[in-house]
Amino acid sequence: MASFQLQINGENRAVNVDPNTPLLWVLRDHLSLKGTKYGCGIAQCGACTVHLNGTAVRSCSIPVSAIGNQPITTIEGLSENGDHSVQKAWVELDVAQCGYCQPGQMMSAAALLKANPNPTDEQIASSLNGNLCRCGTYLRIKQAVKKAATL
Amino acid sequence: MSRTESKLSRRNFLKSSALAGGGLMISFSWLVSCNSKREEALGLPEEWFELNGFLKIGDNGLVTIMAPNPEFGQNVTTSLPMIIGEELDVDWNKVIVEQAKFNTDVFTRQFAGGSQSVRQGWVNGLREAGAAAKYMLKEAAAKQWGVSASDITTKEGVLSHVASGNSAGYGEMASLAVGIEIPETLELKKPSELTLVGTARKNVRGKDIVTGKPMFGIDYEEEGMLIAMIIHPPAFGMRLKSFDATTAKQMSGIKEVFTITSFPNDEPRGYFSTDAFTETVVVVGNTTWEVMQAKKAVRVEWEQSPATQITTAGFGGTQQVTVPAGLENSTDHYRLMQQMAARPGRIERRDGNPEAAFKKAAKVIERTYTAPFLAHNAMEPMNFFARVTDDMVHLAGPLQAPEFAEQAVANRLGVPLEKVDIKMTRMGGGFGRRAYDHYVVEAALISRHMKAPVKLVYTREDDMTNGIYRPSYHATYRAALDENNNLIAFHAKAGGIPESPLHANRFPAGAVENYLAESWQIDSNITVGAFRAPRSNFIAGAEQSFLDEVAEAAGKDPIEFRLELLKRARENPVGDRNDYEADRYAGVLELVREKSNWDQPEEGVSRGVSAYFCHNSYVAHVLDVEMEGGEPRVKKVTCAVDCGIVINPLAAANMVEGAVVDGIGHSLYSYLTFNNGATEQNNFNRYRMIRHSEAPETIDVHFVKNDIAPTGLGEPPFPPVFAAVANALYKATGKRHYNQPYMVQQQISLG
Ligand code: FES
Ligand code: FES
Repeated sequence: MASFQLQINGENRAVNVDPNTPLLWVLRDHLSLKGTKYGCGIAQCGACTVHLNGTAVRSCSIPVSAIGNQPITTIEGLSENGDHSVQKAWVELDVAQCGYCQPGQMMSAAALLKANPNPTDEQIASSLNGNLCRCGTYLRIKQAVKKAATL
Repeated sequence: MSRTESKLSRRNFLKSSALAGGGLMISFSWLVSCNSKREEALGLPEEWFELNGFLKIGDNGLVTIMAPNPEFGQNVTTSLPMIIGEELDVDWNKVIVEQAKFNTDVFTRQFAGGSQSVRQGWVNGLREAGAAAKYMLKEAAAKQWGVSASDITTKEGVLSHVASGNSAGYGEMASLAVGIEIPETLELKKPSELTLVGTARKNVRGKDIVTGKPMFGIDYEEEGMLIAMIIHPPAFGMRLKSFDATTAKQMSGIKEVFTITSFPNDEPRGYFSTDAFTETVVVVGNTTWEVMQAKKAVRVEWEQSPATQITTAGFGGTQQVTVPAGLENSTDHYRLMQQMAARPGRIERRDGNPEAAFKKAAKVIERTYTAPFLAHNAMEPMNFFARVTDDMVHLAGPLQAPEFAEQAVANRLGVPLEKVDIKMTRMGGGFGRRAYDHYVVEAALISRHMKAPVKLVYTREDDMTNGIYRPSYHATYRAALDENNNLIAFHAKAGGIPESPLHANRFPAGAVENYLAESWQIDSNITVGAFRAPRSNFIAGAEQSFLDEVAEAAGKDPIEFRLELLKRARENPVGDRNDYEADRYAGVLELVREKSNWDQPEEGVSRGVSAYFCHNSYVAHVLDVEMEGGEPRVKKVTCAVDCGIVINPLAAANMVEGAVVDGIGHSLYSYLTFNNGATEQNNFNRYRMIRHSEAPETIDVHFVKNDIAPTGLGEPPFPPVFAAVANALYKATGKRHYNQPYMVQQQISLG
C-alpha cells in the first residue's frame, strides 16, 4: 500500500492503494468515478479511456504509481454540465445503443478533436480503432465526431 | 377510434395503484431524467398521482411513465413509454421515464429477447395503460365541468371542452382522476390517429450516457459491499478437484476463498440455468484489483468430468440430458459435422417427390456452409449484485430474463418467490447472453455465505471462456433446375453442435414443388444458448448465399429470382405451414432494389443482396463492396425493413445500423475455437471483433410504410447480413465464401 495524490477532474484526490493498481480500478473502486468502464483489462477495447495530460490513454493498463502529478480527466470531468461539444453531438445524433462503450469513445474523440480539430474519416477511424462497440454504433460515432468538430 | 377489450383487468390496475405507496417513495435522484432542463423549467411536482402501475401524473403536469422492460440497447426505455404516452396524449417534453421495478403483478413479460418487447407491449397492455389513464382524466374533468366526457378532447397533456370553453392541464385533474373506475373496454387509437408514435425521439437516457452516470450493473454499489470473482475450470469437460488458497487468503483485502455449487446435478434446472461449470472457487475481497490478484494466487487442481445426467426444464416440460465427457477440439467438430451431414437426417418437412425431381433434373447444385462457435462478448462483462439476509434476497444487475432468474434463485436458496427482489439495471449489451442466470445464482450464494452485500464480477477472460455460446453449424443445400432453369426441387440438410439451425417451414419452403428438409445434431459438453436471432443467424446466411448461386446457375437476377419464387408462394403455395407472408417478403426486396439502385450498376461497385424473415419482421439488405488496394471493402449497405408501424424511427434506424455492423463483423472476422476443451480465445487480443475502420461508410435504412401492428427489430436485421456480405464479395472477387468467418476460413474449417 502507498498513498498517491491524484489530480482528477481539477480536484486533488488522495488514495491509499497497492502501487500496481491500474488507474481504472482506482477510479471505479476507490473514487467512485464509475463512468470509466472495464471491458478487457488489456488495452484492447478502449472502454476505460481517460485523458492523462490531455492525451487519451487506457486506464486499465496504467498503474497508479506511474501517474505522478499528471492531470487526469474522466468522462465525469469532460465538462461541467455535460455540454462538451462531443457530448452535445453524441446526444444530438442519438449515438448510443447500450451506451457502455460510449464514455471511452467520447474520451478518445475529445482527445482527437483537441489535437486535430478537423479530422478526416480515416483519421477518425484510426484514432478510434482501439474503441470497440459491440452494439455497432461506429457510423453514428463518426458522424458525431464530425458534428462535434463544428460545434 | 377502434374499440378493444381492455387487456388489463380492473383488479390489476387497482392492485398497481395500491402499490403506489412504494412507487411514490422513490426519491427523485433515482429518476434519471430525460432532460434536466425540462425539470428545471417545470420544477418538481408537489405531489404525484399514480393512475395505474405504468404512470403517474404530477400536480404541475409532469408525467412519469414506467419503462417496464429490461434495457440492453434496444431502446425500449424510450419506445415503450412512447406507446403508453401516445394513448395518454402526453406532451412528450413533460415526460420523465423511470425504469419500472421487476414486478410480475403489474407488468407482463418483463423480458428482453426474441425481439418481442414492442410487439407484445403493443397488444398486451401498454396502450391500454395510457388509454385507461386518459379515460380517468376525462371522467374527472367531465365531473368537474358538468359536461359529458365524450365531448372532451385531449392533446399534449391538455383536456378541452370546446362548447363550454373549459380547459385544464393533466396536472390539474390528476388528483380527481385517482381511483376512477375504468370500463371493461377502452378506446384505442387507429393507426391514422397516432401522433407521438412514428416520430423521431431521442433516447431518454442520452444525457446520462454521455455524462458517464452510474447506470449499469457493474456500477451498482451498496454500503459495505464486497467484490467477488469466481474461478471456473479452464476447459469444457473439466471440473474442480481441489484448491489451495493459503497464499491468496493472506493477500491484501481478501476476505475469504471457498467453493459454491450453482446448480446441483440432482436438482432440475430452469430453462435459462445453463451452466457448464457448476462448481467454482470463489474469491471475495474489498476491491476488484485485490480480488483479481488473489484469484491468480489460488492453486487449483482440475480433473476430467465423467458424463453427467442433468434435468432441465424446457418450455415443453422437463428433460433428461446427458452431458458427455471428454475434451473437444474444433478440428474434430468440423470433421464430425461433415460425417453427420453425409448420413440421412431427421426429416422435418417433405413436399412432393424430391428424390424423383433431383433424378430428372437438368442441373443439380450442391453447396455446404459452416459457421464457428461465437461468444456474445457484451461490452459489460457478466456481473450481479446480491444482498441475502434472513428475510430477503435483494438482487440488482443487468439481466434479460428476471422472471426466470427470480425462480432460479428462489429454488436454489429454498426461499419463496416473494422473498426475492430484483432491481433491473441498464445492461451493457446482452445479445442473449444475459437471459441466462447462473451468475445471479452465484452472486446470491456468495452473499449468503458471506452474510454481506456482494457484487460478483467476471473478468473479460471469465466471461469469454464461460460458455453459453452461439453453436457451431453446418448446412448442405441442394437445388434442382429443369432445362428451362425452373427450380423444381430444393433440399436443406442442416445440423450443428449441439443443435440444428434448420427452420423447415421458412422460405423457400412453400415456393418449390418438391422440397425436403432434414436435421441432425451432435452432442457436446460445450454450453450454448441464445445469440441474437438464434439459428436464423446462421441459416439465413447459408440459405441466402445458396439462392444467390442457384439464381446464377439459372441465369437470373438474384432479386428477380427470389421474387419469382415469392410469387409462386403467394399465388399457389406448396403446403400450408409456410412461416412467412410472401407479400411482405417481396415488399422488402422491391424496396431495397429501388433504394440501392440495384438496376443501375456502378463502375467498381459490387453488390450483394439478401433477405430474411424472422422474429416477425422482414428485412432485405443490399451491400456494396469496392476493391481498395486489392482488398474488398464494404462501402455502403442499403436496408429495407418491414416491422409494421415504426414506433421511433430514430432508434429503429440505429438498431438496424448496429445489426448490419454486427453482421459484417461476425461474417468476416469473429470465431471461437477449442483445443482440448479450452477456448483458444479469451480476450479481445485474440477474439476478433469488428472495429471502426472496418465499418461501412454508409448505412441507409428504409422502412416499409404500413399500418400493421409493430414487430421487433433487435434481431431481424442481423441474419440477412451474412449472405449480403458473401454475395457482394463474390461479385467483387469471383470467390464464393462458404465458411464463416469469410476472412479466415481455412484456419478453422480444416484445422
Ligand atoms: S478495459 Fe482498458 S482497454 Fe479494455
Ligand atoms: S453502445 Fe453498446 S457497446 Fe457501444
